[in-house]
Amino acid sequence: MMRTLIGIVLGLAILGFVTGIAAIMLIFLHQDWADALLWVFGFVMIFAGLLVVTMRDIIRCGLAMIVCFGALAGIYVILGAPLIAAAQVIVYIGAISVLILFAIMLTQTKDAPSRLVFQSQAIPAAIASVIIAVVVALAIAATDWHEATERVRVATDALSTVLFNQYVLPFEIVSVMLLAAVIGGVFLAKREPGGPS
Amino acid sequence: MSNSLDAYLILAGILFAIGSFGFLARRNAISMLMSIELMLNGVNLSIVAFGQFGTAATTAAQGNVMALMVMAVAAAEATVGLAIVIAIYRNRKTPLVDEYDAMRQ
Repeated sequence: MMRTLIGIVLGLAILGFVTGIAAIMLIFLHQDWADALLWVFGFVMIFAGLLVVTMRDIIRCGLAMIVCFGALAGIYVILGAPLIAAAQVIVYIGAISVLILFAIMLTQTKDAPSRLVFQSQAIPAAIASVIIAVVVALAIAATDWHEATERVRVATDALSTVLFNQYVLPFEIVSVMLLAAVIGGVFLAKREPGGPS
Repeated sequence: MSNSLDAYLILAGILFAIGSFGFLARRNAISMLMSIELMLNGVNLSIVAFGQFGTAATTAAQGNVMALMVMAVAAAEATVGLAIVIAIYRNRKTPLVDEYDAMRQ
């Protein structure tokens, strides 16, 4: 009961923080909706990503991964790629997350040690990943990309024209590779009749 | 903010760093696979962002096509990786990677 209350209060606090950021951006800094939504989705995505790699209960890690991918789909919409956002929702939230949740249910034992989720190299790994993030951010800020000043919005018909004219062969190769991966996955996960159950 | 390439690229870089931390630090094999998915998503975001801010006419559509291909490859990778994890779990009865030490002895 207490933990449920704490969870509800924490969720409401995060929600208020996120909407507060958006309201401040919209009202006081006079920026448009896309900026505010980008802040909100970016914050939710990074927060959920941190939850994925730090939480103790692995089922909750999987659910936080769904939240992270949903926020990333929102970022794709802001970026002007609606078909990628739809594919993100269908492929990642619909297929891969469900696959991972099923694999979690198949591989967790009751006596699995739930207190030690990190290896002994966790602190060097944290330092290394912070260094990666800082170096990447510095490199991005220091580089002149010669980019356009306005982001383009991709219409789905233009995308499909490019996909099915220029990129038919990669499309077919990817579909054959998916078939091979499905067959390989079934073969690998199949229970041998004489093997250990 | 939403019209600058740097914001999206920094988001992608942070997501990639989070994924690399999870891959190096977690003990559970499925957690490591989830971290790989986070890293793939970060790279995918950077691909789409580069495409949307390109100056040529068809760059955006080409970036989207490449992101779709990456998604398909990520789906294949998740399928095979989870099947391998389940097959190993059936033999060793544990999902923790630091107990997979058969080749160390």
